[in-house]
Amino acid sequence: MRRDWVAATGLSGTSGGYTEIVEPAEPVSQGPASTEPSVPGRHALSPDPLDPLAIAGSVTSDAKGALTTFIGLVRDRNAGQRVRWIDYEAHVPLARTVFARIGREVGERWPEAELAIHHRTGRVAIGEASVVIAAASAHRADAFAACRFAIERVKQIAPVWKHEYFEGGEVWIEGATADPDDEAALRTAMERACS
Amino acid sequence: MLVTIRLFARLRELAGRAELSQVLPEPSTVRNAWDATVNEFPALAAYGSSISAAVNADYARFTEQLKDGDEVAFLPPVSGGEGRARRPHHV
Repeated sequence: MRRDWVAATGLSGTSGGYTEIVEPAEPVSQGPASTEPSVPGRHALSPDPLDPLAIAGSVTSDAKGALTTFIGLVRDRNAGQRVRWIDYEAHVPLARTVFARIGREVGERWPEAELAIHHRTGRVAIGEASVVIAAASAHRADAFAACRFAIERVKQIAPVWKHEYFEGGEVWIEGATADPDDEAALRTAMERACS
Repeated sequence: MLVTIRLFARLRELAGRAELSQVLPEPSTVRNAWDATVNEFPALAAYGSSISAAVNADYARFTEQLKDGDEVAFLPPVSGGEGRARRPHHV
């Protein structure tokens, strides 16, 4: 696994009881085949706490001059309610397929970018990370854009549901119907990435 | 044909089941599988216009033909989508 960047920060990816993200031994292929499977270490869902440093470290290499991460956190208020925690439910095999698809979409738009998407499942406490996206590229513009595009696409099409528990009740948060082929949604993600 | 139906999030709660088997005539589509599931769990009917479907862990159209042994998942609107709505219950 590539841990150079993490090692250089002097921070351990296994501190704080976090789970180490294991990179597959074989090189990661970003080929155009639509049947390309999701890559363990790049596209993951787990009930274990997320380790942003290890995930970020998994996409870096000597050719990358920029590395961006997005960390989605559970916040303590939503829609005027005090939130207690969120249970995340996912269709895990489909979500891995979707994460790999988003990886291909990023590869088509920013060919130099390397992307990792990790999502938490199960109960996530206030202040904890529910999703981590890392994007590395030669230069910062592509790294920022790829990262923003990826989180927008995750929000649009990842089969993950938030069951929010607040003081006095609970609610399923439901947005739009997921449609990976919706061109308008793709354009929205691209506009946000490049604005 | 025999297919496995999987229900997620609010759909799972409404049906009280995460998984069930359906015997469908040949040929059948994802739409036919949904209709059979709603027939068994009428509470799901209100979701008919806002769900997505997946067959064997990939998104699928409602016109997609099914084959014996397929796993068909029905998915309520995902949490991150635009036009966010809250559906309070048990409050």
